[in-house]
Amino acid sequence: MRDVAIVAYIEGQNTSATTLSPVEMIVPVVHEVLKRANVQRSDIDFWCHGSCDYMTGQPFSFVSAVDALGAWPPIMESHVEMDGAWALYEAWVKIQTGEANTALVFGNGKSSAGDMNRALTLQLDPYVVAPLWPGFRSLEAMGARAAIDAGTVTERQMADVVSRSLRDAADNPNVLAYGYRDADELLDEPMTANPLRAHDCPAMADGVAAIIITTADRALEMCDRPAWIRGIDHRIDFQNLGLRDLSRSNSAALASFHAGVTKDKVDVAELHATYSHHEIILAQSMGIDRSTTRMMPSGGALVANPLMAAGLARFGQAARQIFKGNADRAVAHAAQGACLQQNIVAVLEGN
Amino acid sequence: MADDILRIRTPIGIDYTWSSGPGSVVYMRGLENGKLIGRRCPDCELVYFPPRNGICPRCGVLLAAEVEVGPRGTITTFCVVNVPFLGQTIKIPYVAATILLDGADIGMQHLIQECEAADVRMGMRVEPVWKDKSEWTPSLENILYYKPTGEPDADFDVYARHL
Repeated sequence: MRDVAIVAYIEGQNTSATTLSPVEMIVPVVHEVLKRANVQRSDIDFWCHGSCDYMTGQPFSFVSAVDALGAWPPIMESHVEMDGAWALYEAWVKIQTGEANTALVFGNGKSSAGDMNRALTLQLDPYVVAPLWPGFRSLEAMGARAAIDAGTVTERQMADVVSRSLRDAADNPNVLAYGYRDADELLDEPMTANPLRAHDCPAMADGVAAIIITTADRALEMCDRPAWIRGIDHRIDFQNLGLRDLSRSNSAALASFHAGVTKDKVDVAELHATYSHHEIILAQSMGIDRSTTRMMPSGGALVANPLMAAGLARFGQAARQIFKGNADRAVAHAAQGACLQQNIVAVLEGN
Repeated sequence: MADDILRIRTPIGIDYTWSSGPGSVVYMRGLENGKLIGRRCPDCELVYFPPRNGICPRCGVLLAAEVEVGPRGTITTFCVVNVPFLGQTIKIPYVAATILLDGADIGMQHLIQECEAADVRMGMRVEPVWKDKSEWTPSLENILYYKPTGEPDADFDVYARHL
């Protein structure tokens, strides 16, 4: 295995509805992340992008994103119809094969372009579930209900997650939900999709995230304290919701095991928990002790959820904790699909 | 009853809010006012019309200065359409051409009319025929088609690197 590290992370300004085109959103973030690593475009030998055509309503919309990269002379690039975190995985594999040494990975999404509660439903089985248009929020509410009924999650725990996220949001200028409220106050709010309250659902955003990863021989040139990827794995659960126990996430558990999460103490975890109960289910499934691990210091996806970038942002935010010396060992996670169907987990270390 | 059901239709639909982005707004506003406005790349200095999302794909930078181009241009290459197809609105044979507008560095596609298809050639000089001003919208459809100007053909060197 080649040692690979995250050496730079930049996120674009998260907004509730931008008038920029997706490509115009990407350009400054790509420039900025190159600058952060102090490299030129020519230093990048693989580019990988995560986005979703259903969000833009245009087939092959990701092709226009290549315009943002300055693809002349020709570049080696790829795309995943997934959150940018899976693009990072592809780039990591590319580096492992020896075909590339330094990769720029980005994810972007314009949640404001359409009704995402509806668009996300298109990830479901297209024959018998998607045509029912269950609505994504309703599916997540079903997952939360399953967890509450199983006794693995309580409404109080969910409110505590939201309360802590809102408190942490105060230190992050790039969020859309803020203003601290304690759990009692939150529990007084009415439910909007039983058992979810409005604050249990993510603050949808338009945004971009970009990361540079590279090999051991160059990492220290680009970053004082690189975040070494010591383990990374992704797994998927059945698409059929009826075949799954929604109170836990088997794929997150497997990915966590193979990434080596529980081999040592986890200082910081940035989990892609877009609904408050996700954090509790994920921590339990992944073997993360929420009482000793600092959870989502960025405020997490609850307070800013730029679809297709928010997962990669977790990797970036976890890496930042290593860059700054706040953590020696961090866990980054991204999820996609209904009720935590697909999960990718990485262990990042400073030493 | 259930045995009679051979198939079901489950159409999907989502409504989108599309924003052109500031890079393209100047181009669309120009068309609304009968002007062809492209933008120049601050790095390579090429002029794009249309200004493609406001990005120079060669350099990966935001396009900058607004540049009025055309309205006349040169045919760099073309295709004679002889094949009828569903939804066709133009009488065949007709010519679809790539036109390099004067002052622009990329070609754009448009229709050539008011001449025989057999007379269309590379280097031919053309000019736009606009719809009535009352029908203008922020769209390239304001131009009905291009027609020959009657000027001498452009030198090959003018469009050689656009082929």
